[in-house]
Amino acid sequence: MNISVIFGAIAAVITVTLLLIGYVYLVENTIGKRKKLKRITPWFWIAPALILLLVFLIYPVINTIYLSFQNANSTEFVGFANYKYIFTDEKMLTPLKNNLLWLVFFTGVTVTLGLVIAVLSDRVKYEAAAKAAVFLPMAISFVAAGVIWKFMYEYAPAGTEQIGTVNAVLTTVFPKFEPQAWLWNRSQNNWALIIVGIWMWTGFCMVILSAGLKGIPESLLEAARIDGAGEFRIFFQIILPLMKSTITVVATTIIINVLKIFDIVYVMTNGALGTEVIANRMYKEMFNYRNYGRASGIAVLLLFAIIPVMVINIKRFGQKRG
Amino acid sequence: MVKGNVKKSFGAKIISGITKSPLHFILILVCLAWMLPSVGLFISSFRPRHLIQSSGWWQAFKLPITLTLENYGKVLTQSGMGLSFFNSLLISIPATVFPILIAAFAAYAFSWMKFRGKNTLFLIIIALLVVPLQMTLIPNLKLFNMLGITGTFGGIWLAHTAYGLPFSIYLLRNFIGELPVEMLESAFLDGATHSQIFFRLILPTSIPAIASLCIFQFMWVWNDLLVALIFLGGSPDVAPMTLTVSNMVNSYGGGWEYLTAAAFISMMLPLIVFFSLQKYFIRGILAGSVKG
Repeated sequence: MNISVIFGAIAAVITVTLLLIGYVYLVENTIGKRKKLKRITPWFWIAPALILLLVFLIYPVINTIYLSFQNANSTEFVGFANYKYIFTDEKMLTPLKNNLLWLVFFTGVTVTLGLVIAVLSDRVKYEAAAKAAVFLPMAISFVAAGVIWKFMYEYAPAGTEQIGTVNAVLTTVFPKFEPQAWLWNRSQNNWALIIVGIWMWTGFCMVILSAGLKGIPESLLEAARIDGAGEFRIFFQIILPLMKSTITVVATTIIINVLKIFDIVYVMTNGALGTEVIANRMYKEMFNYRNYGRASGIAVLLLFAIIPVMVINIKRFGQKRG
Repeated sequence: MVKGNVKKSFGAKIISGITKSPLHFILILVCLAWMLPSVGLFISSFRPRHLIQSSGWWQAFKLPITLTLENYGKVLTQSGMGLSFFNSLLISIPATVFPILIAAFAAYAFSWMKFRGKNTLFLIIIALLVVPLQMTLIPNLKLFNMLGITGTFGGIWLAHTAYGLPFSIYLLRNFIGELPVEMLESAFLDGATHSQIFFRLILPTSIPAIASLCIFQFMWVWNDLLVALIFLGGSPDVAPMTLTVSNMVNSYGGGWEYLTAAAFISMMLPLIVFFSLQKYFIRGILAGSVKG
């Protein structure tokens, strides 16, 4: 480790911070002092953010759409050729199919399981500890989770000592069970990856759904209990309808994240043996094949899949203000 | 209505304990299942190579107990995890400070200043919240290459700052926008300027929101792989831990004694943050999604 790098970084942080603070005071003392220019002061406050957003987010989005109509090295226009490839080529079929699989099962299981754990832990004294156990994986990177689960799925041929937890548990509980190479077996590997995702994200759903659950007045549930309603009936007829909007929020957040899923697959299988997802395909087109046209087309596909969520978000924000 | 906190008799406690036993059983089972993978990794990271490969981690406490710190020593010195740990810090801290400060300026303007196009602009930021990063990678990489900042700390600070802005602005605007009007009005009447109000009133009162945001952004950057993969190139000198560990997965294959130790080193700081500041972390997550 080079000490000068550390000092350089510290110096950079201090300098940038001081520059930003100085900038605000400068604006205040020059433009802010003149009556005529006062109208444009707000623009100076949002300028640093606006410039960064324009250069690194807004312009690239437009540029990517533009590039998606061009060839591999962006030298000539190819019309819809990249999109034709994305929707018809066999190589794209696997990632499209897998993303759908992820979308349905990852979203379904994390939200359902999150809700169940939130409801169950609400009734016990060790609620905080139980929730922390499930939420903990949220703090871990996908890379570390990838290592953890590769180790969980480790495989040894039948008859030898299993060091992978999953195979060890299954062969102990069911003596006839054949140990499986979970990540390499085409009929299971996608499920094995989705389980890793579920392990990481259920806690997220649980935390938000649990907060929503606390918003339901206790007196309402108490009244239903006194009227003789069973716990299951209370759950389906009172809790579930009241939590509809929270569930929608959680589900949309999960959907946004699952469409972009990348790290888990990159670390655990790198898309081999039929486990590729859209974002991994894009990374390969970008770095392995240097095909910027196709890679851009795939990114645009992701954007289009997310647009409905974007519209919902904007509408909801409008409602909140109105 | 009888309140819930009336003391139950001893008999009632036992009855409720029995009827609740399936609930406890399921919940505890779920929690154990959730902890198991991390515990397995943690224990394995202290086991010598020949034992990891020949027996399951749950046999670590069979006599004679053989645990070692050797894996950690090797990983830190030979696999570059020591350097990567510093790189992760050098990337994450500035990439947390910059976007939050810049976002705080913007959030203040969005909350308490009047200008044309304010609402439209804010709706664009809300739209940007969910834009997939993938949409920006190619143009940004081209730009970075042109500027010659690919593979530098400066470059990745810039990328993370820009990517962190929409969420930071959104979260801070929600908080700053809901501060009491009277507080700001009286400050204005006293003749305070915008910068005085911002630094002396807004920032101090926004500490809870800023704390949540700091933890959120820090964890995001610390755990990020994609942005580092794209904008840092392959250079091990600047690689954060996520990159180093993912490279180790590819090159070591079955070297579990190294992989488990390396993975645990990369998890250490997030786990400390998680256990000590869980309240703020969860608050940030709630503010980001429920209000959305």
